[in-house]
Amino acid sequence: MISSLQELADQFNKLIAQDVPLPTTPAVPVAAGAQVGTAAPEPASPVQLTDHAAKGFHLDVRLRPERVVAAATLMDENGFAIDAVTGVDWMAEGQMEVVYDFFHPAHAWRVVVRARVPREKPELPTISEIYPGANWHERETHEFFGIVFLGHPNLTPLLLPEDATYHPLRKDFKA
Amino acid sequence: MSIIEPFRLLLFLVGIMAFVGLNAAYLVWVERKGAARFQRRPGPTEVGYGGLLQPIADGIKLLSKQLHVPPGADGVLFRAAPLLVMIPAMIGLAVVPFSESLVARDTNVGLLMIFAFGSINVMAIMLSGWSSRNKYAIISAARIVSQDVAYEIPMLLVVVTMLMATGTMNLNEIVQQQAGWFWRWNIFRLDVNPLMPLTFIIFFVCMLAETNRAPFDMAEAESELVAGAFTEYAGMGFGVFFIAEYANIILGCAFATILFLGGWQSPFGVWSGVFWFLLKMYVLVFTVIWVRWTFPRTQFYNLLNLSWKLLIPISLSTLILTAVVMKVLK
Amino acid sequence: MSALSALSSGETKGETFVINVGPQHPATHGVLRLKMTMDGEYITRAEPVCGYIHRMHEKMGENRTWAQFLPNTGRIDYLAAMAYSHAYVGAVERAAGIAAPPRAEYIRVITSELNRISSHLVWFGAFLLDLGGFTPLLYAFDDREKILDILEALTGSRLTYSYYRFGGVCNDVDDDFIRGTREFVAFMRPRMKMYHSLVTDNIILRKRLIGIGVISAEMCRQYGATGPVIRGSGVGYDVRKSEPYSVYRDLDFDVPVYPEGDCMARYLVRMEEMVQSLRIIEQALDKLPAGPVMASGVPRTLKPPAGDCCFAVEAARGRLLVRIVSDNKEMPYRVRLRTPSFCNLSLYEEASQGMMLPDALALLGSLDLVIPDIDR
Repeated sequence: MISSLQELADQFNKLIAQDVPLPTTPAVPVAAGAQVGTAAPEPASPVQLTDHAAKGFHLDVRLRPERVVAAATLMDENGFAIDAVTGVDWMAEGQMEVVYDFFHPAHAWRVVVRARVPREKPELPTISEIYPGANWHERETHEFFGIVFLGHPNLTPLLLPEDATYHPLRKDFKA
Repeated sequence: MSIIEPFRLLLFLVGIMAFVGLNAAYLVWVERKGAARFQRRPGPTEVGYGGLLQPIADGIKLLSKQLHVPPGADGVLFRAAPLLVMIPAMIGLAVVPFSESLVARDTNVGLLMIFAFGSINVMAIMLSGWSSRNKYAIISAARIVSQDVAYEIPMLLVVVTMLMATGTMNLNEIVQQQAGWFWRWNIFRLDVNPLMPLTFIIFFVCMLAETNRAPFDMAEAESELVAGAFTEYAGMGFGVFFIAEYANIILGCAFATILFLGGWQSPFGVWSGVFWFLLKMYVLVFTVIWVRWTFPRTQFYNLLNLSWKLLIPISLSTLILTAVVMKVLK
Repeated sequence: MSALSALSSGETKGETFVINVGPQHPATHGVLRLKMTMDGEYITRAEPVCGYIHRMHEKMGENRTWAQFLPNTGRIDYLAAMAYSHAYVGAVERAAGIAAPPRAEYIRVITSELNRISSHLVWFGAFLLDLGGFTPLLYAFDDREKILDILEALTGSRLTYSYYRFGGVCNDVDDDFIRGTREFVAFMRPRMKMYHSLVTDNIILRKRLIGIGVISAEMCRQYGATGPVIRGSGVGYDVRKSEPYSVYRDLDFDVPVYPEGDCMARYLVRMEEMVQSLRIIEQALDKLPAGPVMASGVPRTLKPPAGDCCFAVEAARGRLLVRIVSDNKEMPYRVRLRTPSFCNLSLYEEASQGMMLPDALALLGSLDLVIPDIDR
């Protein structure tokens, strides 16, 4: 169990210490034709303590997609609850971002874990083994973005019709 | 048997059918108005003065609807079930003494007859659930059988207690034994059994369960089984079940009145007559309605627990107690 | 696998059969479908099937300006629309760096709490209806009507308010609102006592709720269940306390917690929450400062700086999180709605296993689901 967010940040740093460093990507999209300078400044380190009053969360972690299971295990061991799993389509960069939100039922801690996958092959492992609640969130992310969660027990559409083959939250989706 | 007897019986048959029909129609109105008052709303007001013609409008609506038999259902049983549920209630009323002379058939086995035909009621509702080929209806049919079997036992034990106290199965004689002031009514016959008021309460609870009224309306249970055994019935098929439910309430309350509350006897020993019978019966009917709009529904297993673990032991012990008291005192 | 083949495959497994509770069923209060595999009256598996009222609000958010999405927020959980506007407005204000004036924040708290009471009253009536008691519904709706009248006079609508704006609220409260709200608070307190004596103490109700549908705190954590569900499992998690927003930090209120985790605990949490909401409203009315209700200088077409941010509120059903991603345009790049009913329902399959049908429906009622809140 951790006693402070700094301790949690250290644990995350230890977790990703052996990893290949993430490619430097802007935190926000630069859509085609957008003016340079609209993107927010690039985060200095992959594990960052943030100001809750400004962002709505305390800790922002970026890691490689194969690390999400280890990250979820870490969150689970520290007593965090699953808040949500969702995606963001960075079409201009050819990437999809999967965002995992966690909250702590006893402490006022909010943690965001992000992983980016290539848009052509959006695959990453499931965390539904660790958090059964992620099962539905991953199903939803799968049907809306086409992101495949490897090892998910039942990756069928949840909210869309059961024969839906489209992914409406992709930026190139046309109704 | 005189030459008039068949005509007299025919007249009574027509009378009973009219009585049941009118009662069903206007008890629906009373129930809707009563429920509305319990819930601080006006209830039916549009059709006729105070909504008095509402039951007739409802009846016309039900009559004009298609009698639809769902595909795959057993057509014969599906159509027979509403009739089967209606007939026992009618026959039961034939032996009920509304007053000393106002009884269709003053038979020595009246009490037995009501119970014999009352059991058909269970079978009819089970058939309706079974034959309509609907999963809700089948669950409901299974429920109704175990419920009615469970509650018939304490009810019969109570009736046997009464039988020992009265010594007759003739309903008119049972009423005549209770003549005089109201402490002569069977419910206050503490010399036979000091637990007599409790026996009456058991009888009343069993009656609620036997007629599938709330809080024991497991067969319908709309938030679980949609409409239970009646889910597939439309139009007057459903209407007949509806009428039969009220006919059974009437019969149950009439029976309770006769057994416990002195039937047509006045509480003051004078001016006895049909008026008293109807008054007592409708007070009980109103209580049935009142209970329905006040309590939530029990779970099915709690319903059975109540019967097997509470009502049957108590009614059995009152039976033994009555036997002992009567043996010792007489 | 089509629904039909799933149904028949369930039927071939020995003694079990499948019944569909919903999408049209009296117990689901909307178009939710539970595919229940039954062994007699016991449930071997109850799989929720959602999406019947899915409207893709998140995509709609990407196709309209920041302000144009505001009316959508009221249509997600139509029973507690204020909280949803609050979360979205809060997220956009946080992203754009706008601060609402104190009077507006107090008005937001008062209206949100009124809305919470009205939502809990609907739950109270509907839950009792699930249990077969019809009468409390009418009493609850009667009381709720008073709240709707108050809010209608203020906002112009009875369900989907869209009352909050970026930087404040759309119009100031008048004396009628303050008087009406105070009268309502005074009226509601004895009503709560009446509900307890009429409903809570009923022996049949207690038999139906105590020890039924136990959800552990651990299960709540793993599924992300929040609101009265987690508070009925002994965890005092409330966004108003853990991530205080608006002016909740300045108001004194308790978070009701019951450790049993059964339907009765969730029932009592919600009943107690209504009393606490009355307390909050009373304090907020006392402290209501003078001043403007809109921040000055909020641009007509908002373009929050690029980046993402979250805003969580305690909606009537639990934690509501709005995550927005901006690319400094007139329209949001992404709006994510994390709704409490979705997460609360996701534990149903596990929690309902082996229960009997009436108890499983009591559990369903005690989760207080609003179907558009699940499907969005």
